Amino acid sequence: MKIVLEHLTKQFISRNSSSEIVTAVNDFDFEIPDGKLVGLLGPSGCGKSTTLNLICGLEVPTEGKIYFGDLDVTALPPENRGVGMVFQNYALYPHLTVRQNILFPLENLKGEQKLSKEVMNEKALEAARLVQIDTLMERKPSELSGGQQQRVAIARALVKTPGVLLLDEPLSNLDARLRLQTREQIRRIQKETGITTIFVTHDQEEAMSISDLIIVMKEGMMQQMGKPQEVYNHPANLFVAKFLGTPAINVFEGKILDHKVYIGEDAVMDTEAEDQDIYVGIRPEGFIPDRNGKFNCRFDRIETTGRDTSIVCHNDSCISDSDIRVIVDSDDELNNENGIIRFNLKPNKTHLFSKKDETVI
Amino acid sequence: MYNRNNLKGWLYLLPALAFISVFMIYPLIDVFVYSFEENYNFASQSYTGVGLYNYSYILHDPYFLQAVKNTFILVIITVPLSTGIALLISLALNSIKKLKDLFQTVFFLPYVTNTLAVGLVFMILFKKTAYTEGLINLLLNSVGISSVDFIEGPYWAKMFVLCFYTIWVVLPFKILILTSALASVNKDYYNVARIDGTSKLRIFTRITLPMISPSLFYLIITGFIGAFKAYSDVVALFGTDLNAAGMNTIVGYVYDMLYGNSGGYPSFASAAALVLFAIVLTITVINLLVSRKNVHYQ
Ligand SMILES: Nc1ncnc2c1ncn2[C@@H]1O[C@H](COP(=O)(O)OP(=O)(O)O)[C@@H](O)[C@H]1O
Ligand SMILES: [Mg+2]
Repeated sequence: MKIVLEHLTKQFISRNSSSEIVTAVNDFDFEIPDGKLVGLLGPSGCGKSTTLNLICGLEVPTEGKIYFGDLDVTALPPENRGVGMVFQNYALYPHLTVRQNILFPLENLKGEQKLSKEVMNEKALEAARLVQIDTLMERKPSELSGGQQQRVAIARALVKTPGVLLLDEPLSNLDARLRLQTREQIRRIQKETGITTIFVTHDQEEAMSISDLIIVMKEGMMQQMGKPQEVYNHPANLFVAKFLGTPAINVFEGKILDHKVYIGEDAVMDTEAEDQDIYVGIRPEGFIPDRNGKFNCRFDRIETTGRDTSIVCHNDSCISDSDIRVIVDSDDELNNENGIIRFNLKPNKTHLFSKKDETVI
Repeated sequence: MYNRNNLKGWLYLLPALAFISVFMIYPLIDVFVYSFEENYNFASQSYTGVGLYNYSYILHDPYFLQAVKNTFILVIITVPLSTGIALLISLALNSIKKLKDLFQTVFFLPYVTNTLAVGLVFMILFKKTAYTEGLINLLLNSVGISSVDFIEGPYWAKMFVLCFYTIWVVLPFKILILTSALASVNKDYYNVARIDGTSKLRIFTRITLPMISPSLFYLIITGFIGAFKAYSDVVALFGTDLNAAGMNTIVGYVYDMLYGNSGGYPSFASAAALVLFAIVLTITVINLLVSRKNVHYQ
């Protein structure tokens, strides 16, 4: 089922007495296609959870409409929307067994939808099998590992075969290895069921690795939506460029003069854009060490982490929080004269942003 | 190493153990012994025989039987009612947003109010004097019911006042415990339940109740024990001659047997105290057994 958001806005009166208005979701206007896994990505407090709560009906929008398919669900209460939701802390009922937890939504069905005991058990088992916890049915949540609890929560959300599955930071309580495994599981489950899924995270790598589409948001505003690689390769603005990718993109102050891009004194590349002050964003993999390169940096050290060799260096125009980080092939020839290292830049890894509004040029 | 640590542990416990031995265990054993000694006398430290005579006597004493009956009525009415009312009020408090703090304070006020002041309020409400019929009677009169003497009148009227008073006194503490228990239930449980289309009743019985069951259980156990020990409130309402008023309780009977006008019978008092002990123990064990299945500690 596709999800359409139409000028969706949610404002809160701030909780700390000052009673200023917080716009948690600001004029969301886009469509989430049917059957896709969509990663909703942004820093903490940017309104991701609020967006999910609006979609599932726990929050009422200040303005705008929500459609599931062609159906306007804006005024529908959560139980009539046919959504499954997994909360960050899983919210498994601690006094019920895994089986009882998964059965819980089915037992709520009334009237014509009411199911027989056998059918309910069958469905619960089916959901449990899907997330591979069917051998743990009689345990209490406290007797499960974090990853298993997480899967129980997904099974409970899926057991009524919802049209939409919403996951709010489902992996953030897991350790690094489990996180990797579980996100593959989520990917697999989503593929198997084909349920339109929105997956909230503040971890860009997580979102990039399993999503069909990502939506990057900042302070309640949608910044960019697209396939992960497209958004990475063509960031719409400086925020998106900085938010995606590890190590983070290197950002420099620069200017365009006579169709040349200057960082400090160095004319690093050509451009067609007009003269103006700019930010230059260069991905760590966008540098080519070259004895005759146009971009000069002060060499600091070489770091090897796993398969990556990175050069750490300095430049006065760099405004990133940390030093410049350059990822190179280990067989690249390094030129280092008097502590100066020279690079050429890959145009497709170098992004220019207007200094005025930080949008891409 | 283990043994030395063990020794150290006992050493730390020693002061507490000494106090408990002197002030609790020794008297307990003493009472137990007295209860089997016929006609024990404090002054001469003498007794006339050993056996079940004391128990037989009190179990045939109409005053004791009345006290047991009164105590049981009090317990059976006030424990469920006060817990239930406290739960209802807490649920209401928990669901309102505005003025929540104000109401919470209002409901807690009786707890920090002087007993004498509370007693005075009850006087104004219930007591018939030369000058006034009491507020409740005035209300009854206004709907055409004739006055009832709640303090010196019929048994049921006195029992009503006693239960009313007891519930009133224990309510604030129970509300305090239950509101904090309700507030500590993670909101996400309710959100999940709402998304899953759970009815209000089912949310209450399948989520809220199990979640607050430890607090509820604590209140029920301490409620039972507290109600079985009722005495001072009864004196405050009906004076010291409780047997004459027909409003004595088991603890009141024990006190009367020791120090009352008809006092001076430590053996009877001890036997009565042990009967109370047996009753409370039984009820508590039953409570614990029931709780095993129904109380969910996290
Ligand atoms: N119930 C609420 N009342 C007031 N402010 C809220 C409420 N819920 C969220 N907010 C505010 O809205 C903003 C977005 O919150 P949230 O959606 O939880 O962010 P995220 O999930 O991206 O971390 C935050 O500034 C938060 O303080
Ligand atoms: Mg959140």
